Amino acid sequence: MSTIFFLIGCSVVLALIFLLAFFWAHHDGQNDDLYTPSVRILLDDDGTIEDPEVPKK
Amino acid sequence: MATLTKTHCFHCGDICIAEEIKHDDKNFCCNGCYQVYSILINSKLGAYYKLNPHPGDTRKIADKKFSYLDEPEIEAQLISYKDSHKTIVSFYIPAIHCSSCIWLLERLHTINPGIIENRVDFLKKQVDIQFNQQQISLSEVATLLQSIGYEPLISLQDVVKQNHQAKDNLLPKIAVAGFCFGNVMLLSFPAYFGLSAADKHFGTFFSLLSILFCIPAVLYSGIDYFKQAYYNLKNGVLNIDFPLALGILVMFLRTLSAYIFNLGEGFADSLTGLIFFLLIGKFIQKKTYYHLSFERDYRSFFPVAVQVITDELKEISVPLEKLKQGDRILVKNQEIIPADAILLKGDAAIDFSFVTGESEPIRKIVGEIIYAGGKQTGSAIELEVIKPVSQSYLTGLWNNEAFVKPKQDKIKTFSSKVSKIFSIALVMISVGTLLYWLPQNWQLGLNAFTAILIVACPCALALSTPFTMAAALSVFDKNKFYLKNTDVVEQLAAINSIVFDKTGTVTIAGENGVTFSSNLNQADKEIISNICKNSTHPLSQKINSFIGSQKAIKIEEYCEIPGAGMTALVGKELVGIGSCFFVTGQTKTNAQFPEVHVKIGDRYLGYFAIRQKFRPDLNKILTDIDQNYQTYLLSGDTDQDAEALSAVFKKENLLFKQSPQNKLDFIYKKQQNNTRIMMIGDGLNDAGALKQSDAGIAVTDHINNFTPGSDAILDGASLHLLPKFLRFSKSAVKVIHYSFFISLSYNLVGISIAMTGQLSPLIAAIIMPLSTVTIISFTSIATHLAAKKHQLTS
Repeated sequence: MSTIFFLIGCSVVLALIFLLAFFWAHHDGQNDDLYTPSVRILLDDDGTIEDPEVPKK
Repeated sequence: MATLTKTHCFHCGDICIAEEIKHDDKNFCCNGCYQVYSILINSKLGAYYKLNPHPGDTRKIADKKFSYLDEPEIEAQLISYKDSHKTIVSFYIPAIHCSSCIWLLERLHTINPGIIENRVDFLKKQVDIQFNQQQISLSEVATLLQSIGYEPLISLQDVVKQNHQAKDNLLPKIAVAGFCFGNVMLLSFPAYFGLSAADKHFGTFFSLLSILFCIPAVLYSGIDYFKQAYYNLKNGVLNIDFPLALGILVMFLRTLSAYIFNLGEGFADSLTGLIFFLLIGKFIQKKTYYHLSFERDYRSFFPVAVQVITDELKEISVPLEKLKQGDRILVKNQEIIPADAILLKGDAAIDFSFVTGESEPIRKIVGEIIYAGGKQTGSAIELEVIKPVSQSYLTGLWNNEAFVKPKQDKIKTFSSKVSKIFSIALVMISVGTLLYWLPQNWQLGLNAFTAILIVACPCALALSTPFTMAAALSVFDKNKFYLKNTDVVEQLAAINSIVFDKTGTVTIAGENGVTFSSNLNQADKEIISNICKNSTHPLSQKINSFIGSQKAIKIEEYCEIPGAGMTALVGKELVGIGSCFFVTGQTKTNAQFPEVHVKIGDRYLGYFAIRQKFRPDLNKILTDIDQNYQTYLLSGDTDQDAEALSAVFKKENLLFKQSPQNKLDFIYKKQQNNTRIMMIGDGLNDAGALKQSDAGIAVTDHINNFTPGSDAILDGASLHLLPKFLRFSKSAVKVIHYSFFISLSYNLVGISIAMTGQLSPLIAAIIMPLSTVTIISFTSIATHLAAKKHQLTS
């Protein structure tokens, strides 16, 4: 049963790692803009098309 | 008759009304739009148009010059970082509205290689630009943005308050509290089910670990409650922070002593849970509209720099605050006059609608004083400054005490009223219990005393307001009514009088109803249109947009007489368009609105009547507002619309020719008689009244436009929902009242158990989350139902 001491230690360390990861991400500014990246990822990088079609209205 | 086929501009989607501009089989409404298109196509950025149909913003508005940005002083205030090859600047660009905008703005380096990298923040409508100052200057960056249809909005206020808001630590605090709460719950579970005697050594280990988790939760995440409680007590205010801080402290001490003296389980689970839920409540209450500003004053309305004419007759840009008495300034079409000044040269037609509420542009002759804040319409004028910006007629309003003193006497929120009574009652009950038990059993007494403070900790009470208000705020938000913070909901519920401004509030800014007194045939329309086209006078432009685009015909000997009208020869006939006296030779004294008379040859055709256009549902709004509200109308304009307005307002409640100061005083006087006033206005002339009122609402037809400082911003299109908003705010306050009783009944049950000294940590651990969950779900559901009842959600 004394292995519980070890397991709890492991779980706390693991949780601490996650907490630190969150702190790093927050400090890095990842929470500053929660919307734009969701749009940006859908835009193609090489979207250089010379003559666009007339969009249908 | 010429048939009008509606074609949409390829760039901005507006209907093309003027002569056709056609390139590559695409229609454009104006040259500006076409220019943006050609820049983008030449830079191989055509995919801009593929992502969204008509992604651009209309370019019909006159361009501004950005040369003032190269003044070292202004530049230094704008840029956030600079070294030899990299400069970083952030621009606020109101035109950002779709994914095409993000796509294009982040590819500016393909248009100009001097730009290194861009980053768009969509919600803040902001773009961070890194550029190489050796290749491109700041003003060139701004001009480039303007040339592709994304004009940055640079205002004096943004320049002045460069410092970003204080770094918000709430999220890390929630993270720590959540981390501690989760771990403590894990460690507490064995204790809930009971540990066998053989596992007792686990129990002490778990308790020790729990205490270790409590320390960061209390000292890092919960420290603000202690600070607030201390600060408030020092100022003689009892608010909800006091019982909260007391509860946290007592729980922490009892958990510590339980471990040290081996008294069994502590309250670590309830303690960390409490802090976690409280912080969540705080987080939810804090809704920020990044693209809106509730604190704007005249500085963000005024230009950053002014064109000053030097003694050598050269034009230079001078920062506004450097403008001195005696400077000669040049103000172009659509520019704002920055300081009280005397007209030296030019034809001034000043639009004061935003400053005084006066709806018609005012003609000024050389030598007259023009007050700051007016907007020149027409050709450029030259002025001499007679007063520095800070002492102008308009800016003087900001020296009023309504702007200086903090809003203390605003309506007290329900929770602040209740928490005072609650705190006093709590201290009395707990001390009473202690005194009752003390003679018999001091240990039990101490136990009961602390137990009361723990169980009565008003977690649910503290959460009921934020959760209800956050839900209410999002309902308002969906209906284009943006509140500054959650307290405004309660302010809305408390008011009993409503004051409206006229120009721009009950009338639609910039829109006029033009009618002609008789009928016009096609030939007449062509003549009038072609003559009016030559004039920059606002009335001519209004007539032109009323008649619509017509075939070009030849006119000769065009002549405009300022303040009177225009004449021109069409064929052999002399055409006169202008004031009644100018055209007919007779004077008309009782005109209620501007009239433009027309005479072709010897034929007198009639006149155009230019009326202000009232919001379509005005009548309905005012009849829909409950009868117990008093409604007033304060206008800076003349009483030309008194007749039309007396149908919806009581005659004695209509006040005209009110200066900004008059408006403020009116509200102040009413407030002295215990009237709770809501002010609805739109212009700088309402700024004082908005600030003084119990709830100031700024109405705007374009949410990115300038709005004066206020408690809430309302989209003009949603003004008709005002009666519903008022009723809904009352319902929201009722929800808070109900949830207060629910949380109080939980407290009563808890306290009655605690008074006997029998409160076990397990019961506390059940009651606390249970009451929290009840309150959160009750407030969310009840607010949603209330919104449904008032038809504010689908």
